[in-house]
Amino acid sequence: MTRIRFQQSLDDLKENLLVMAGLAEQAIQRAIEAYRVRDLSICDLVSRSEIAINRLERDIDQAALDLLAMEQPMAVDLRFVLSVIKINADLERVGDAAKSISDRVRNMDQMAVADLPVDIPRMAALATDMVRRCLQSFIEADAEMARTVLTMDDAVDAMNRAAYKALTKVMAEQGHIAPQALNALMICRSLERVADHATNIAEDVIFWVQGADVRHHKVAGGGRDPQAAR
Amino acid sequence: MRTMTDHAATGLAVLSTLLVVAPLVAIFVYLIYKGASSLNLAFFTELPKPEGEAGGGMANGIVGSGVLLGVASCIGIPIGIGGGIFLAEFGRGTKLANAIRFTADVLNGVPSIVMGVAAYALIVKPQNHIIPFSGHFSAFSGGVALGIMMIPTVCRTTEEMLLMVPHAVREAALALGVPNWRSVLSITVKTASPGIITGCMLAFARVAGETAPLIFTALGNQFWSASLDRPIAALPLQIYIYALSPYDDLHRLAWGGALVLIVLIVFAVSLVRYVASRGVLKGAS
Amino acid sequence: MGVGIEVTNLNAWYGTNHTLQDINLNIPANHATALIGPSGCGKSTFVRCLNRMHETNPIARVTGTVRIGDLDIYEGAKPVEIRRRVGMVFQRPNPFPTMSIYDNVAAGLKLNGYSNRRVLDEIVEKSLKNSALWDEVKDDLKKKSGASLSGGQQQRLCIARALAVDPEVLLMDEPASALDPVSTSKIEDLIFQLKTQYTIVIVTHNMQQAARVAEKTGFFLNGRMVEFDSTHKIFTNPSDKRTEDYITGRFG
Repeated sequence: MTRIRFQQSLDDLKENLLVMAGLAEQAIQRAIEAYRVRDLSICDLVSRSEIAINRLERDIDQAALDLLAMEQPMAVDLRFVLSVIKINADLERVGDAAKSISDRVRNMDQMAVADLPVDIPRMAALATDMVRRCLQSFIEADAEMARTVLTMDDAVDAMNRAAYKALTKVMAEQGHIAPQALNALMICRSLERVADHATNIAEDVIFWVQGADVRHHKVAGGGRDPQAAR
Repeated sequence: MRTMTDHAATGLAVLSTLLVVAPLVAIFVYLIYKGASSLNLAFFTELPKPEGEAGGGMANGIVGSGVLLGVASCIGIPIGIGGGIFLAEFGRGTKLANAIRFTADVLNGVPSIVMGVAAYALIVKPQNHIIPFSGHFSAFSGGVALGIMMIPTVCRTTEEMLLMVPHAVREAALALGVPNWRSVLSITVKTASPGIITGCMLAFARVAGETAPLIFTALGNQFWSASLDRPIAALPLQIYIYALSPYDDLHRLAWGGALVLIVLIVFAVSLVRYVASRGVLKGAS
Repeated sequence: MGVGIEVTNLNAWYGTNHTLQDINLNIPANHATALIGPSGCGKSTFVRCLNRMHETNPIARVTGTVRIGDLDIYEGAKPVEIRRRVGMVFQRPNPFPTMSIYDNVAAGLKLNGYSNRRVLDEIVEKSLKNSALWDEVKDDLKKKSGASLSGGQQQRLCIARALAVDPEVLLMDEPASALDPVSTSKIEDLIFQLKTQYTIVIVTHNMQQAARVAEKTGFFLNGRMVEFDSTHKIFTNPSDKRTEDYITGRFG
């Protein structure tokens, strides 16, 4: 096969992106864990992960730029490199979201535990499932699996809207736990962002594998806000 | 050890060159020595004096050679170039082309005296009225003999030079919608023309010095004559005749004639080289 | 103005070598169409069938139909007439070496009998302007020989020469492959301007070049046309795996 060096570069790029993806997935899971058990040491881990993720983002972008300039990839290879650059950005934002969540957890550390009418763990499970699925679809270049991620976004959006309603009600009626409610709302917002990024990544996978641009489409049963997360 | 071999080889090369050049130089020097004394204005303007008298010149021989070479060129050059064009452009690969090429090569090898005999048999001897100037010795028959001798050289050189024109140039002409014959004449032949001219000059230089074919055709002439219908003097022919005569005066003239002849040939060859040095493809990068 | 080219069931042979097999395609008017493919795939042969240069080779043979505009070029006209309507620029610049720049450009006209000086002057100037060479040579038109120009200039001279006979189609067989990047860019810019007036077919080894200048691209392989589509599609998401393999450099 010709262009062995080129193929190697493509494989390396994919490899590095997966390392970054692993870190991002881990960061989210740790952030949720930190929320669940209110452990600040886990927040520290999340901060460190986020720094590593940012560094990898720069490295991957540089590697992708080099590939474009030196190897002039075409067709599927070109779509792949483009997708990597975009997924790169989304993963970095996932890292940022994880850090956001862990910052909320730190903030809530001094506060009393409040009983809030939101099921954050369930929302988190859904979001992390989307992340895992979209990354799996990337590893296996499976456009069908990526499409399933697109349909899951609606559920997360619905949960986020419900959380907004419930928590604003709490903040209005139960002022003494308003700080906790506000933090919880921001955590829900971050999780909704994570779900959006996972959706973006899934769309990028579809673009890479099939050459189809499925962004900003309307999924049956609800709208996807084109302004969100891009 | 290697430098020694190097020097030995260089020495051998120089020696060989000297061996080749030496005879030419020797001839030239000898001719100048023997012939320069007879070259005066009279040589170029007067007829040879009757036997026994001193003085005179070979003016008629110079003029006669001119006439003969003129006739020869009119026959040899058009036929030769035409044949060359056919071989290179229109007849490639055909049996006819192979036959023509073979004939030309054979003709090239025919001894010049045989050419003279052939011209004698075809033009001088027959007493009919079909062939022009037939039935007697004439300048025309001499010109024909020389002309036929020119054909193979001109033909083969023209063919070679045309083949050297890059295919790309022909394609460019064809792609413009130029008909093939026009492309051949206006582009290919024009591009190869320095080389073709060289070929013509080479043939010219060669037949300029031919004597044998003129013996039975032009015959030679003591007097002024530039007519095609009568025998005519020619420089090489006169040199031959005078050299064989018993008169010192004529010997003197013969030496002078030989010198003039060789100077003319050197001049012609130099002209050839100058034209050739401008290249087949002028200015091509 | 350019015309479209319709090719139907074109087959071509060199002796017994079946160089082109069942080619069918429509080349749109006033567009640039690129033909790509590995060496020996038949793209140059195909292009030479479009102006009947293929048959200058004595062992060449063609079957099928090629319509340029509404003219069937194999049944309806003589090769010489076709070549005046379909111009060609070759891979290596080939100006006529014994002619000046002016004579080179005017060659197609002069050799076909045109002799009106004023008309020729106008056409030479217009052609040289159209091929972006006028400013560089306008003072030396009759003094400099065509072969004394640089490679890139020579190629533009050949383009001017082809344009002077006012063809409807311009065939370009790897026109920039012998040129440096700057000259290549100039030629590509030229193609962009020319395609508004002519129909251009360009054979190229350089895929980036095809991507830069052509609206449609055809991929040839082993004498067949594998895929013919918009350039965008061919280079971002081709339909045929063989096309993708060639484009990504996995073979060829």
